[in-house]
Amino acid sequence: MAQAFLAVVRRDLRIAFRRLSDLASPLMFFAIVITLFPLAISPEPAVLREIGPGVLWVAALLATLLALNTLFRSDFDDGSLEQLALSAHPLPLLVFGKILAHWLISGVPLVLLSPLLALSYDLSSNALQVLTLALLIGTPTLSLLGSVGAALTAGVRQAGGLLALLVLPLMLPVLVFGARATTLAAAEQEPAGPLYLLAALAALAVTLGPFATAAAVRVSLE
Amino acid sequence: MTEFLEMGGYAKYVWSAFGLTLVVLVANIVVAQQQFRSVRTRLAQRWANQQQSPDL
Amino acid sequence: MWTWFHKLGSPPHLYRLAGKLAPWLLWIAIVLIAVGTYGGLVLAPPDYQQGDGFRIIYVHAPSAWMSMSIYTVMATASAIGLIWRMKLAFAVAAASAPVGASFTFLALVTGAIWGQPMWGTWWVWDARLTSELILLFVYFGYMGLRAAFSEVQKADRASAVLAIVGVVNLPIIHYSVVWWNTLHQVSTVTKLDNPSISMDMLWPLLVMIVGFNLFYIAILATRVRSEVLGRERNARWVGEALDDLLPENRVTA
Repeated sequence: MAQAFLAVVRRDLRIAFRRLSDLASPLMFFAIVITLFPLAISPEPAVLREIGPGVLWVAALLATLLALNTLFRSDFDDGSLEQLALSAHPLPLLVFGKILAHWLISGVPLVLLSPLLALSYDLSSNALQVLTLALLIGTPTLSLLGSVGAALTAGVRQAGGLLALLVLPLMLPVLVFGARATTLAAAEQEPAGPLYLLAALAALAVTLGPFATAAAVRVSLE
Repeated sequence: MTEFLEMGGYAKYVWSAFGLTLVVLVANIVVAQQQFRSVRTRLAQRWANQQQSPDL
Repeated sequence: MWTWFHKLGSPPHLYRLAGKLAPWLLWIAIVLIAVGTYGGLVLAPPDYQQGDGFRIIYVHAPSAWMSMSIYTVMATASAIGLIWRMKLAFAVAAASAPVGASFTFLALVTGAIWGQPMWGTWWVWDARLTSELILLFVYFGYMGLRAAFSEVQKADRASAVLAIVGVVNLPIIHYSVVWWNTLHQVSTVTKLDNPSISMDMLWPLLVMIVGFNLFYIAILATRVRSEVLGRERNARWVGEALDDLLPENRVTA
């Protein structure tokens, strides 16, 4: 069973590295959105420090959303998703493998890139650390929540807007707690509270998410 | 009577809230019944067509 | 009891039963809402703090209540549909969504109208209004997902999964919004709810809530009839149910 799980992860990673542009575009999007705010609001360091945590989190949410399009679409189109559903191994486990691979190629680079981009908002080094940690806990939850929406809309053409409508309200608690932890750290206060809440959300999402996504995959394949 | 309509200075707010509620409730009734009627006519059409050409 | 339950599960029986009940329910609901409105606007004394402005509660609170309870009905019906493969449960879920969305919209707008005299602005990022706004998006997402599928069976099952995921998430979303709100407390003159509400203020509210609930069931009955007809369009009983609309050569085969 663990072997099947690892095989799915490995396969998805190999495919992702073959299409580097798919991998890079959500990251570029993340960087560009973050560049837009100082231009639209103000380059004043005081203002940037104030809006920085929120902007970074909103941009991370949108970049995750953009990356979701590649999670099931091509597998749905070429029939390999169907193969996965027909296999003898439990589908939630296999789907979890896909989500993990997806997080490794879209979530982790985002986490690594964010402290660099946060520097441009004049955040303290303490805030950078907490931001990175919070994103590390929060982005798996975002991927798991998003995977349900991605699986439901796998067979729908032009699903981009619909996917945003389905998924963004569900992601709202992650945004609230993640941005709050970062803001607290930027203000030199204790960010542990919201970080624990983020971790609780992650635990809940890991437990329930794969089952919901597997159910959604089965519906899409009917 | 005018005192009642004035709602202690809140007339604008109270009446617009109640008026809007009335609009939404009536719209719910109208839309549901319109939908029911159109489904019935559409399906009746279908049944009539099927009787004319039973092979289909 | 068991046979009654089975009968309820049969589409033609439900179609007829809903048709018989709908007008009655609707009239009772209209009477209750009229009584509640009279009680709320005329009989209830003005609030000592908000004067007559508080009377908006008689439409705001019942719609907010309905917006949440209809979502619960939708998610429960969806779960029943998925677990026991009951087509009628899906019909109930599908028929509930537009009604629930309209009550959510109503709660949102009446809340904003109430906010204007109380806060001096149309919109405040109050925890309850924000949650209600998110709930409206969730309803729109549900209806959008249904509309994306041309096959009714697929729309049923996909939207059912979404409704269940939503019902697990909505409390979390609500509490995160409340938590967020207490950190960014805006200077509110008065809260939207009044904890110590007197009896002559309370009864019209309760009458309104019962009236709104019956109203929802009446609309649901009519909408479920349309859903059932569409889903069973090839069944013989549908032809019989449409008898009055068919030309002379009626179905006798």
